[in-house]
Amino acid sequence: MSGLVPPFEELALAVPILSHTFPNGLVLLAEPMDWLESAAFTLAVPAGSVHDPPDRCGLSGFLCEMALRGAGPRDSRRFIEDLDRLGVERHESVSDAHTSYSGATLADNLPAALEIVADVVRRPHLPADQLEAGRQVMFQELRAIEDEPSQKVMLELRRRHYPPPWGRPSQGDLQALEAIGFDDIAAQFARLYRPNGAILGVAGRIDWPRLQDTVARLLGDWEPLEGPAIVELPRVGRHEHLPYDANQTQVGISYPSVPYRDPDYFQAWGAMGVLSGGMSARFFTEVRERRGLCYSVYATYHTLRDRAGVFCYAGTSVERAQETLDVMLAELMRLARGIEQHELDRLKARIKSALIMQQESSSARSSSIARDWYHLGRVHTLDELGGLVDSLTRASINAYLAEHPPADFTVVTLGPYELEVPVGVS
Amino acid sequence: MEFHKHVLANGLEVVAECNDQAHSAGLGFFVKTGARDETDEIAGVSHFLEHMVFKGTATRSADDVNREFDEMGAHYNAGTGEEGTVYYAAVLPECRERVVELLADILRPSLRPADFDTEKQVIIEEIRMHEDQPPYGAEEKCRAAHYGDHPLGRSVYGTVESITALSVEAMRDYFERRYSPGNIALVGSGRIDFDALVADAERYCGAWEPFEVGRALVPVEQRPGFLVVSKSSAVQQYAVQMAEGPAGTDEDRYAANLLATVLGDDSGSRLYWELVDPGRAEHCSLGYWEYDDAGLFMGYLACDPERAADNLQRMLDVFRRAERDGISEEELSQAKSKVASRIVLSGERPRNRLFAVGGEWVQRRQYRSVRDLLAAVEAVTCDDVARLLRQYPLSENTTVSIGPLTALREPQ
Repeated sequence: MSGLVPPFEELALAVPILSHTFPNGLVLLAEPMDWLESAAFTLAVPAGSVHDPPDRCGLSGFLCEMALRGAGPRDSRRFIEDLDRLGVERHESVSDAHTSYSGATLADNLPAALEIVADVVRRPHLPADQLEAGRQVMFQELRAIEDEPSQKVMLELRRRHYPPPWGRPSQGDLQALEAIGFDDIAAQFARLYRPNGAILGVAGRIDWPRLQDTVARLLGDWEPLEGPAIVELPRVGRHEHLPYDANQTQVGISYPSVPYRDPDYFQAWGAMGVLSGGMSARFFTEVRERRGLCYSVYATYHTLRDRAGVFCYAGTSVERAQETLDVMLAELMRLARGIEQHELDRLKARIKSALIMQQESSSARSSSIARDWYHLGRVHTLDELGGLVDSLTRASINAYLAEHPPADFTVVTLGPYELEVPVGVS
Repeated sequence: MEFHKHVLANGLEVVAECNDQAHSAGLGFFVKTGARDETDEIAGVSHFLEHMVFKGTATRSADDVNREFDEMGAHYNAGTGEEGTVYYAAVLPECRERVVELLADILRPSLRPADFDTEKQVIIEEIRMHEDQPPYGAEEKCRAAHYGDHPLGRSVYGTVESITALSVEAMRDYFERRYSPGNIALVGSGRIDFDALVADAERYCGAWEPFEVGRALVPVEQRPGFLVVSKSSAVQQYAVQMAEGPAGTDEDRYAANLLATVLGDDSGSRLYWELVDPGRAEHCSLGYWEYDDAGLFMGYLACDPERAADNLQRMLDVFRRAERDGISEEELSQAKSKVASRIVLSGERPRNRLFAVGGEWVQRRQYRSVRDLLAAVEAVTCDDVARLLRQYPLSENTTVSIGPLTALREPQ
């Protein structure tokens, strides 16, 4: 029976990435995917939550909320109606470094969709009479997190993992949101929304010369501004238990790792893939399959430009939480001792098939190429990624792990009772 | 894009939408069994069995099953609902036979008692997790209140008590009554050689013994009601609403979906402008679900407790206004653009088409291409929607609210 994943050279993934840097600093990237009917975009502006003043946490998120309440010739209702008419599935997100406006639609509607998004980042109305409505939306979002323990524990873990302002939740806090005034919103927009440092990634069925013309017309005369400096503060703490009334205890564990642009990134990422990813990975096998300790357990990689971390999660009943934490920590210790060849083989198969399946999603590629540019100043084609994955060996990952064993853990738990973080876990 | 179907001698159906341009293949076994086919004594068995299917066969351990899926780089999972249980994998086309063999093998599970006991703990954790997350079981409570004794009133998860009391023998008995090849379809989408898929099915499922499987279809007796459940640890107040809609066999299901989009889509709908945009609610939406003998409009609200009564009144007013005045051409055309775009975008992934093709086949024994679906959406008129609202008034619903409030004014 056939049925093993073939090596990369047989997979014909070589789609070129097109790029153009405008004189104002805006970078336009495109990945043509002519077999699709859709096109997707991700416009990342360098207005992330790290730029929120410490007493105005949540300001970038609030600004994003306000920017969607009318822009250019459209009021807030017209803005949403026009995007709906174009069939744009849109999504906005605020990360540490960026505010991203993304969308996917039928390829013919892409230029019209970009026209609307260009208005959002350049000519938002930021209507003062909707400030209170926007504030209520932000409050609701913040309150909702209080009812989502699995999300809350990971936000609190990230906050403690990175030195502020990195890792602060983009949702802000109650006090800051109450204090934010119209002037704060306007000032944040004026100082952060700019073409230099902005990245527009487009993927799908596109006409490159026409796309360049469209973007030049819409964003080519956007005036650059000097970006603000970021002042880093010391980390706020390591291990913490947060009391929470629920059936289950939430366990979050993180440790530092290398960022995406580090030459060792794929070694570190591969090692994490052995821990989590696929149901034969170690966390799932040891915590759930063998011991039945929980339903949900995973690890995920998060990278900033200069720092990164592996973030591990499990949610389990109060009486089994200590064992869950202990087993997870034991698995992290065991990972330091290396991985097996069969684990690497499965990891490669999973990554390869995921890369190939990315070709079926314009949205996945548009955000991926924008992300690559931010971290690397260039884009890995799927072909290159395939080569990088093929070059991983058991020896190379084990050498990395020997030099960088999981250590320096941050542990945050959320639940009715505190857990014991074993002695020796630093 | 070509559709093919074939039936094995034992009754197992093989259907596929084959697309040579696709990069991957979606493959799944759709079993027509779910919570509605259970009784109180075995509440939650369909979902628990779905977990146990991955625990191995006469020739494979649970570790073997997980390992082999991962060796193929498969994107795989399973899901259980009121009416169906699906086991699926998205793989590269060259893995087709191997993944069909694996899925077919695990569909004849060993149900070993030791695995059963371990997995029981996982199911209990899943139920507890579900109870810790909004809306804290309000959907199940609303379903039970709305449907009463109708089989669609049952919870997919069961309860900690029913799962604790469940025996492996009872699960085996359920399996032997429900997993007949005649009650299962093997569905494919994407880059698939159909003749080869039929040969796989013959080879790996041909020996499955058929037996009679039935499902009682029961008319729904709607009984509007209003219930408040107190959960003092919650910060926000939540509400789930259920109202009757056209059944899955009714062509009005396209109009029902567009109506739900106009009134309650996440963005740009009447409920959005009334409640979400002004910051009165964190979330407010309306969706449409279709079953064999029933259809369901389900509303959802999450907001500050202080605003809950006012928001529920506003939702009711939105429904009443639509029942009185219908919807505008403009709104309908906007909803059509949105729904059409979603059908096309989602249809680009074989793994998404797998569910569309499989669901259509299992429920209605028919095939609808992306083009057919777009045409059906385009054909809906404002009159269709107005007629639907007369037949299925959204204002007559069952509401369950859960959160810190102990009492809540019922909207008038």
